[in-house]
Amino acid sequence: MGEFKVHRVRFFNYVPSGIRCVAYNDQSNRLAVSRTDGTVEIYNLSANYFQEKFFPGHESRATEALCWAKGQRLFSAGLNGEIIEYDLQALNIKYAMDAFGGPIWSMAASPSGSQLLVGCEDGSVKLFQVTPEKIQFERNFDRQKSRILSLSWHPSGTHVAAGSIDYISVFDVKSGSAIHKMLVDRQYMGVSKRKCIIWGVAFLSDGTVISVDSAGKVQFWDSATGTLVKNHLIANADVQSIAVSDQEDSFVVGTAEGTVFHFQLVSVTSNSSEKQWVRTKPFQHHTHDVRAVAHSPTALISGGTDTHLVIRPLMEKVEVKNYDAALRKITFPHRRLVSCAKKRQLLLFQFAHHLELWRLGSTVATGKNGDTLPLSKDADHLLHLKAKGPENIICSCISPCGSWIAYSTTSRFFLYRLNHEHDNISLQRVSKMPAFLRSALQILFSEDSTKLFVASNQGSLHVIRLLEGSFKHLHTFQPQSGTVESMCLLAVSPDGNWLAASGTSAGVHVYSVKHLKLHCTVPAYNFPVTALAIAPNTNNLVIAHSDQQVFEYSIPDKQYTEWSRTIQKQGFHHLWLQRDTPITHISFHPKRPMHILLHDAYMFCIIDKSLPLPNDKTLLYNPLPPTNESDVIRRRTAHAFKISKIYKPLLFMELLDERTLVAVERPLDDIIAQLPPPIKKKKFGT
Amino acid sequence: MAALEEEFTLTAVLLGSGPDGPLGVEPSNKTDQFLVTDSGRTVILYKVSDQKPLGSWSVKQGQIITCPAVCNFQTGEFIVVHDNKVLRIWNNEDVNLDKVFKATLSAEVYRIHSIQGTEPLVLFKEGAVRSLEALLEEPQQKIETVISDEEVIKWTKFFMVFRHPVLIFITEKHGNYFAYVQKFNSRILSKYTLVLGQEENSVIQSFSTSVDRKFISLMSLSSDGCVYETLIPIHPSDPEKNQRVVGSLLLKSAVSGNARSGVGLTVLDKDHVAVLGPPLPTSKECLSIWNIKFQTLQTSKELPQGTSGQLWYYGENLFMLHGKFLTVIPYKCEVSSLAGALGKLKHSQNPGTHAIPHFVNWEASQESGLGSQNSEQTKRILRRRKIEVSVQPEVPTSKQLLATIKKGSEKHIEVELRKFLAIKRTPDFHTIIGDIVIGLLERCKTEPSFYPRNALMQLIQTHVLSYSLCPGLMEIALEKTDVQMLQLCLQQFPDIPESVTCACLKIFLGIGDDSLQETDINMESVSDYASTVQGEKMEEQAEILQNGFNLEDDNCENCAQQLSAKPQAAVEEAALCPVIPKRAALLNAILHSAYSETFLLPHLKGIPAQHITLFLQYLYFLYLKCSENVTMTLPGIHPPTLNQIMDWICLLLDANFTVVVMIPEAKRLLLSLYKFVKSQISICSELNKIEVGFRELQKLNQEKNNRELYSIEVLELF
Repeated sequence: MGEFKVHRVRFFNYVPSGIRCVAYNDQSNRLAVSRTDGTVEIYNLSANYFQEKFFPGHESRATEALCWAKGQRLFSAGLNGEIIEYDLQALNIKYAMDAFGGPIWSMAASPSGSQLLVGCEDGSVKLFQVTPEKIQFERNFDRQKSRILSLSWHPSGTHVAAGSIDYISVFDVKSGSAIHKMLVDRQYMGVSKRKCIIWGVAFLSDGTVISVDSAGKVQFWDSATGTLVKNHLIANADVQSIAVSDQEDSFVVGTAEGTVFHFQLVSVTSNSSEKQWVRTKPFQHHTHDVRAVAHSPTALISGGTDTHLVIRPLMEKVEVKNYDAALRKITFPHRRLVSCAKKRQLLLFQFAHHLELWRLGSTVATGKNGDTLPLSKDADHLLHLKAKGPENIICSCISPCGSWIAYSTTSRFFLYRLNHEHDNISLQRVSKMPAFLRSALQILFSEDSTKLFVASNQGSLHVIRLLEGSFKHLHTFQPQSGTVESMCLLAVSPDGNWLAASGTSAGVHVYSVKHLKLHCTVPAYNFPVTALAIAPNTNNLVIAHSDQQVFEYSIPDKQYTEWSRTIQKQGFHHLWLQRDTPITHISFHPKRPMHILLHDAYMFCIIDKSLPLPNDKTLLYNPLPPTNESDVIRRRTAHAFKISKIYKPLLFMELLDERTLVAVERPLDDIIAQLPPPIKKKKFGT
Repeated sequence: MAALEEEFTLTAVLLGSGPDGPLGVEPSNKTDQFLVTDSGRTVILYKVSDQKPLGSWSVKQGQIITCPAVCNFQTGEFIVVHDNKVLRIWNNEDVNLDKVFKATLSAEVYRIHSIQGTEPLVLFKEGAVRSLEALLEEPQQKIETVISDEEVIKWTKFFMVFRHPVLIFITEKHGNYFAYVQKFNSRILSKYTLVLGQEENSVIQSFSTSVDRKFISLMSLSSDGCVYETLIPIHPSDPEKNQRVVGSLLLKSAVSGNARSGVGLTVLDKDHVAVLGPPLPTSKECLSIWNIKFQTLQTSKELPQGTSGQLWYYGENLFMLHGKFLTVIPYKCEVSSLAGALGKLKHSQNPGTHAIPHFVNWEASQESGLGSQNSEQTKRILRRRKIEVSVQPEVPTSKQLLATIKKGSEKHIEVELRKFLAIKRTPDFHTIIGDIVIGLLERCKTEPSFYPRNALMQLIQTHVLSYSLCPGLMEIALEKTDVQMLQLCLQQFPDIPESVTCACLKIFLGIGDDSLQETDINMESVSDYASTVQGEKMEEQAEILQNGFNLEDDNCENCAQQLSAKPQAAVEEAALCPVIPKRAALLNAILHSAYSETFLLPHLKGIPAQHITLFLQYLYFLYLKCSENVTMTLPGIHPPTLNQIMDWICLLLDANFTVVVMIPEAKRLLLSLYKFVKSQISICSELNKIEVGFRELQKLNQEKNNRELYSIEVLELF
């Protein structure tokens, strides 16, 4: 297959933000996750847990609560006092509305999804009506003494439990008055703490209120009498989150020690109808605070400060013991944060609020497989480009020639010209961007760096010609009438004639750049596209989907290629289909048209289309070199998928030239090292 | 578990014998040396552990050995018979069999038997038996005919029963089998007709025996593949009469039913038999070890090259023909019990209850046998051992027994109960036992003098009782301060309430040493540590240090003991068990019992202070004993664990802290416990400190391992 020099890059100092809230939507089987930097991500649990959408964060928008309302509408509320609704089609914020109650700590949608309740810093609980276009303030409930940190509706929608500091209130929704106030014991392991914060409440249909608090307790209250029924002390630290299943037969809580406990309603004795809540399973998948939990019908979902989203299927609820029954731990975004200027060997790293430009080093030495070569020149940090404004960067790109850098936030688009003078570079911003270039979801330069393609969040694609220091708007491909879906992925053919664009659900559109019109649409597929690329010479479009299928579509012929049909007929190797991270990047070998290079977070693979496909009996991944084996055996066992798992977690991989690869790794240890220290637990003498 | 070890062949055994295999393998007077007689002309003496022959003797061409050579254990000479009538006697130095002592007998010899401790016997084909010496005095003496005309001896064995030689031989005539038992002390020959198995036309293929006090247990492998056991009394009631003995099925389908040859059977010990033959019609021949007590196949070994169906077992070696070679498979067996396998205590089967004669009423037995067989077939498990129902004396049914309990004397009840327990267990056995116990207890209540201790003990040892099945039992035992019974209950019952455990503890601590000495208490949980009452000193405190328990200042240690019961013997106090071994055994039973802290604590408060102190001292002593070795365990069978000891110390202190603090005797003990806890805490804090250091080291190490942030590497894809 060949020998490569690999630039192994570990200086991409990317740290994901901690998870603050998770909200699960039953109807669409989607999970909304908000992070501490205000980013909101949407995961499609049906599509192999693919992160299909995201809303960039904002420095002043710390999300404290996230919930789904009627019609799969997503709302968030945060410490800036605003309630925000997200437009899941256009991928932008529909509106933000001030609740006028100070910072908002909690929010809950009514069981019918037509009302929203927010709990504010000033102790007020505000009821909003969800109207088709907006939300409308309806009234305040009785004002409480201190901030409302948690809210839960009774399934009938008549009562609400609100957790505050040191007590839980039960409100009658109709009158808005507090009918019970349940005081929580401040005692913590015999020591009186200053305050006991009710981090979460859950109201069950039988009138039981479950509360979790900062003293490490899970308590069951009778809301009719306002009395404590049962108390579980489960942690030495705060219990920070709770989520109940729809059937109300199990719930999950997350603690600051990183433990997630599963509680189940089980019969006291077999065959008896009397049931009680029992703590059944502890899970320790986190090292830090579990700030948010959710309970899908088949899985426990948790996330916290350690930035992992953990989806732990409940074995008793999983009907088919397939790969979906496995634990998922999602750490990295399912999109590219790195772009590369091949010719100048530059890497552009995208962070939340800045960009970094690095030049790769070089070596003159050669070696054999596994050798680390001595560097004749180390990698250089050329540029640290700080984004202006409080908004997070959505996307960025460096042109293949290395002389253009573009990035976009929610409200502004930036284009820079890089001038290389020997080893020095100078940066010059291209001013006066046209009004339509406000926000981009994806930016792409053509191979010869003369054209810039921008996917805006209105569904339109802009084509811009780049000239020395200036630009000219060439064309805008408008979305097909009726659809407003944004394009998130772009690919341009190396000859610059074809542009492929894909949204989150509809098929891939191929435009002719020469004729500036829609050329064709690749038939829609059930699973979202995770990566796109057009091969040189043949103009075959290679599409990777979240279910790990890879298609090859011939743009000139407007049909799937023979190879693609063959592999669909035979099916992929089962281990290939069982990988749990999506392919995030596809590229091609400039000299070998039969090779496709693609990678996910844990492997990269070169598919050699000339070799036979592996079947389920063959070994998919064979890391060992075929030593002392005759050529016959080698030829017989060789198959099209050449996989390497040396570099992981792999954020980016690209062929710089025929014999050089660049791999950007982000070791988990380096991320953990940058997190705040976890709660220290004594190992000895507990 | 029984285990077969790696087999080895006795090299150079060519055995021109063909398919019949060797005539016999017999032990010689030296251990590990065996005489192998092939069916042709040769006798070879082997040293088995070396796998080499020590000597070989052949008869002349034309002569043929007809009876396996044996060793006369009294003289060390070897004896062989060739051409049916010619007896040869030689010893190790002789080279040529032609030149050794020769005696020609008047009748044909079937076998010569020789075992340790008695002179050899010669069994003639007509059934007559002579001792070798008597025969050699007059070789040509007339040999009478014992067995009838067409009877043929099939198998024979000679053994000692209470130092009296007994010979058994089995004959066959027209498919009927007869057993003859010849006793030499009384010169009585008894004849039995064997009724074996249910199948009429089954052919018996192999025999083996074992002996206990009263019976010869004759095991036979029948052609239907099953092993039957027939009990033949050694001391027959009526020796003159021809009696019938009935076999009972012992092991079902040990070998495939239609195996015609190459099957063999030998008894290894009282629970194990070795069976040779194919386990399935299609499979290769196998050597299998069966546990007949539990009907389990312990181990098996395939003999792919076939075997002759002959199997000898001496010492620890099984001999058999495998292909063309005589193969030795060493065999090891430990006593196994189902209870042991399940992690329970030792088996409670009381050997004393085996008193029922094994004479069998076949009709009755057959009925029950059929019934049980059906149920077993549905269960698809191997058949349990069937204990024959004896007709006289009648076994009491549970109803009769319950009636007896109401009226009978203690002695009578005991006898009846023993009879009842001896019969096989029905599925509702435990409910019947429960009823019996309740019946007994009711009578105890009404009649204060009635206390059927032995009967109750027997019932407890059936392992089916629990506290909830007979709640009154322990109350009565507590009332009578029957510590032995209480100990047994604590060991056997899984569900004793904490209040009763605590009441037991009170009695165990309060009972006087004198009355304890008289009782018979199971001491297995107390090994030598407690019995070294007034003697050896404990080793220096060096070992204790390892658990972080640092007794640096001996002064304190010493004064700790000075204040306890006997100030003058203070120094050795901690090293000596503060209680007598019997009390220790009782307290260990308490330590082993299950409890829940919440329920136990209130009851512990009621124990008198000096008893608490004593118990604490004992626990402290156990702890010191524990810390003497690295594994932190106590010696002996089933000793209390460190956790149990520690939990009980904590419990006692929790429950009685205020009391213990007040009494002066406990002060020193508390002081040492306090020092111990303090040192543990400091150890933990040190460990926590070290942990931080280690973590930093680990981090440094990781950084070192971590490659540079940037490197260029070479990768080859294959």
